[in-house]
Amino acid sequence: MLVPAALGCLFLLLPLLAMGSRVPWPRFPALVTSDSSRAALLLSLQTSLASTVVCLLVGVPVALVLARTSFAGQRLLRVLVLVPLVLPPVVGGLALLYTFGRRGLLGHTLELLGVQIAFSTVAVVMAQSFVALPFLITSLEGTLRSVGGRLEVVAATLGARPTTTLLRVTLPVVMPGLLSGTVLAFARSLGEFGATLTFAGSLQGVTRTLPLEIYLQRETDPDEAVAMSFVLILIAVVVIGIAQRTRTRP
Amino acid sequence: MTRRRPRPGHPRTGALLPALFAVILLAALTGCSGTTAAAAPTTLTVFAAASLKQTFTTLGQRFEAGHPGIRVRLSFAGSADLASQLDQGAPADVFASADTKNMDKAVAAKRVQRSAVFASNTLQIAVPPGNPAHVRTLADLTRPEVRLVICAPAAPCGAATQQVAAAAHLSFTAVSEESSVTDVLGKVENGEADAGLVYVTDVRQAAGKVTGVTFPEASGVVNRYPIAALTDAAQPVLAQQFVDLVLGAEGQKVLAGAGFAKP
Repeated sequence: MLVPAALGCLFLLLPLLAMGSRVPWPRFPALVTSDSSRAALLLSLQTSLASTVVCLLVGVPVALVLARTSFAGQRLLRVLVLVPLVLPPVVGGLALLYTFGRRGLLGHTLELLGVQIAFSTVAVVMAQSFVALPFLITSLEGTLRSVGGRLEVVAATLGARPTTTLLRVTLPVVMPGLLSGTVLAFARSLGEFGATLTFAGSLQGVTRTLPLEIYLQRETDPDEAVAMSFVLILIAVVVIGIAQRTRTRP
Repeated sequence: MTRRRPRPGHPRTGALLPALFAVILLAALTGCSGTTAAAAPTTLTVFAAASLKQTFTTLGQRFEAGHPGIRVRLSFAGSADLASQLDQGAPADVFASADTKNMDKAVAAKRVQRSAVFASNTLQIAVPPGNPAHVRTLADLTRPEVRLVICAPAAPCGAATQQVAAAAHLSFTAVSEESSVTDVLGKVENGEADAGLVYVTDVRQAAGKVTGVTFPEASGVVNRYPIAALTDAAQPVLAQQFVDLVLGAEGQKVLAGAGFAKP
């Protein structure tokens, strides 16, 4: 049992070490503070935060509906909602394009309203939300199904109104699941590449997030690409670390 | 995610998983050397720029037809990616790059000694069918209502775009700067962009889905495609024969058919 475990860990860790060994450390500060790097990092953090908020606003109600109600077609809905989880992100980007693009399903309506989504920062947030939302939903729904049901019934019999039950009983007990779902959604947004490239395009400061910048620079300036990749790994480690600490805290 | 309880009737799963892992790892570790060793006697490996996919697939078939028993294995990717694969020691016999810069990288990596230019390509404006933004000239691309998509300066096609703009004393404001010419083409094909700057050959390949608008300034910036047999080719004779096919009359005819200009 230990050997495969060690192999598995090695398989995951070795590439990270290899990446670290390729970082041109003397030039690292200059590389990660260049105009294009800073713009990409800032944009990535802003859009990932925005899409995490979107995921929370939309995902929590969806998870509640899936876990606490039952209606015809619920199982089908659950499957469909999770589809973006397994869809290649490029396909997700195309799907968004066929919906919100100029020639898309809603394209004409949006054009009449004077709204242009493609090539805007809004498109980046939409692409990230599309791929990240299922992570939050599935994580929260799992927790909702395993805990809290009986406590909610008790709260209701004691005369608590549904809103009070939700805020004072349900949300506190599912907090770990909600938190890990939120972190997963943020991390997935931060790493989003394919859907963004397809749906939003790539322009510095507007739509070119960190992964897109890395993809672009790997041809001409591999050093910068490696340095930025390392920054991305650092952020990932910090985010996951914070999530784990808050989770294990009593 | 599944909350199924572990079933007691499956004792073999425990042993199966590590075994599977070992197989995957073994395959990953030996993958590279394994394929070359087994395929070496009859396979010619050609690394070619992504823009050569159509023409080199045809030429590969012609070569196989002329050399019974020989299989041509084509690997298409961005020239920069291929050059760095060669730098990392990837086994190949022929390298055809979309620009001289990446061929120079292969020379610097001591994989190539001599190369020859076999084709050239120039930029063209691609517009969606019907040309909704009425783009007729290069200067039209600077009109504010035209949604223009170009290659980022870091990409080879972006460098050409910058040169064309500088020579024409224009400055483009694009809604997106893509990292590859195919991404630019895609944005024009699906109608999101009103115009894009791509190569003549890209427009030719996407015929029906985009329309090309030629502009005179394009002739000032010519992209040259070099080809070379690698110094450490496993099949040096065949490699040189393939290079000769591309440089010869037959190869030139195929390339011209796809819109490539003479070297």
